[in-house]
Amino acid sequence: MDTDIGALTVIFTEFYYWLTVALMFLIHIGFCMYEVGASRQKNMMHTLMKNTMLIPLVTVSFFFFGWWIYFAFPNGPFIYKGMGLIAAPHAVPWSELMGPHLGGPPVSDAVTADDTAFWARINGVFWAAFLLFSWTAASIVSGAVIERVRSGAFWVVAVMVGSVTWIIDAAWGWHWDGWMVKLLGYHDAYASGVIHAIAGGAALGVLVHLGPRIGKFRKDGTARDIVPHNPWLVTIGLFLIYTGFWGFYVACNVPIIGAGDIGSAGATFTATNIYLTPTTLSAITVNFLMSLAGGLMAGYTISKGDAFWTYSLGLAGIITASAGNDLYHPIQAMFVAAIGAVCVYKLHFWVERRFKIDDAVGAVAVHGYGGFIGLVLAGILLWGHPSSGFEGYAAITPWGQFIGAVIMFWVLGFLPAWILCGFFKSIGILRIPKEIELAGLDLGDYHGRYLTESEVTEAELKEAREAGLLR
Amino acid sequence: MSMTNVDSWAVDLTTIGPIYPMVGTEGLLVILGVVFWIGWHIWQFRFEKRTYDEDIKLLSEPGKLEQAMRNHKL
Repeated sequence: MDTDIGALTVIFTEFYYWLTVALMFLIHIGFCMYEVGASRQKNMMHTLMKNTMLIPLVTVSFFFFGWWIYFAFPNGPFIYKGMGLIAAPHAVPWSELMGPHLGGPPVSDAVTADDTAFWARINGVFWAAFLLFSWTAASIVSGAVIERVRSGAFWVVAVMVGSVTWIIDAAWGWHWDGWMVKLLGYHDAYASGVIHAIAGGAALGVLVHLGPRIGKFRKDGTARDIVPHNPWLVTIGLFLIYTGFWGFYVACNVPIIGAGDIGSAGATFTATNIYLTPTTLSAITVNFLMSLAGGLMAGYTISKGDAFWTYSLGLAGIITASAGNDLYHPIQAMFVAAIGAVCVYKLHFWVERRFKIDDAVGAVAVHGYGGFIGLVLAGILLWGHPSSGFEGYAAITPWGQFIGAVIMFWVLGFLPAWILCGFFKSIGILRIPKEIELAGLDLGDYHGRYLTESEVTEAELKEAREAGLLR
Repeated sequence: MSMTNVDSWAVDLTTIGPIYPMVGTEGLLVILGVVFWIGWHIWQFRFEKRTYDEDIKLLSEPGKLEQAMRNHKL
């Protein structure tokens, strides 16, 4: 901020991330519509509130510790050369830089003048952009478990995924200094693994303990299709998720940075991905659209035109291509997406049949398997590509990406959720009582309203009769 | 008395740091915030259990569960 160009760069960056936050909000609206549409009428309002209330809970917990984790954990701690936590005084919740600040001299000894000058205007919008990723990760889990999970248990899982596990994976594999980038050459530019695979893995970890909805499987083990009560709402929800994904993609970039600051030569500015390696908005815009196209076309074909799955597989296509969408040729992005969509569809039904997993919206498949496959395909297609502009980093390899995918889906996704939900199950607070599940969750939350409605209707009828309006 | 560090905007802006009130109380605010957050979870677990207990009592009356499953108001 000490030169005009420096001030303009900072204020442009601040505005850029603010825009991404507003756009990404649409993802959450889309998830709410999608989940409510996919649930049965007797569970609609409960489903809506379950997803809505993860917003404040993940927000406050991300303020209290999630943001700090991102900056403190790139070494593991103690995974990379035995190095521990990294100091992050701007990201602890009691830092003056977590509040409105103009960048002048600090009042606290915990931060330096350089800290305040750099972070004052960026910290809040950068925090918010990451927070919206956190909501997305938690919301992915939400859809899979509808119609039988207790809200209280789910919200603890949401905090764990949204404010702990995903942000640990971001520190490890979605940070220019993360140990996975340095040692494995891990590359996941638009979060196939760090958001989608981990959230899908977590959803699977919950589902294993939660069990299927009553009536989902016949006695012979075949699955019944519990259809969405409002397919139109589901499709509009998915359209909104696509729309919010524009914000998601651009939020994964650094919009403007000097080439000299990222290990490159020359004095130009460039946009970069989260690893500070150069990319362009044009590249990711074309690749986003081509991967959506590949996912939709393959999805329509494999599902024989089923609207629910065509839309979902459009999303799966983007998710599969996202790991490498900063670098793919658009036609490569399209084919990666198409391969992902077909695999996701086949895997969803195979796992459902084989393991009796009732994933109500296909979230484990679309996000989890799509993200996992996307990481592996990126390892093959981008083999040998530098993962960083800085010296000493491993290049991208198939094995580095495969190990990364296992860490995302199984180690940080499935395992923590499976352990936590195993505990919840053991003390009887994971699943709603059978009577409530049969009667519908909205009975629990809204039966008082139903009684009142009924009384009001009777009163209206009485008045209508007295007024001679009913003949 | 003033709650803020800012007493004028007619200064070099690069000399201004935090502009929120009660600078120096951030630690206390974090403690209060965490108590509010954890307290909310505890209240919600109890509220949810109480609600289900009441509903199960209602549904245990003869015919009520079937009535609810047939989408009739109770």
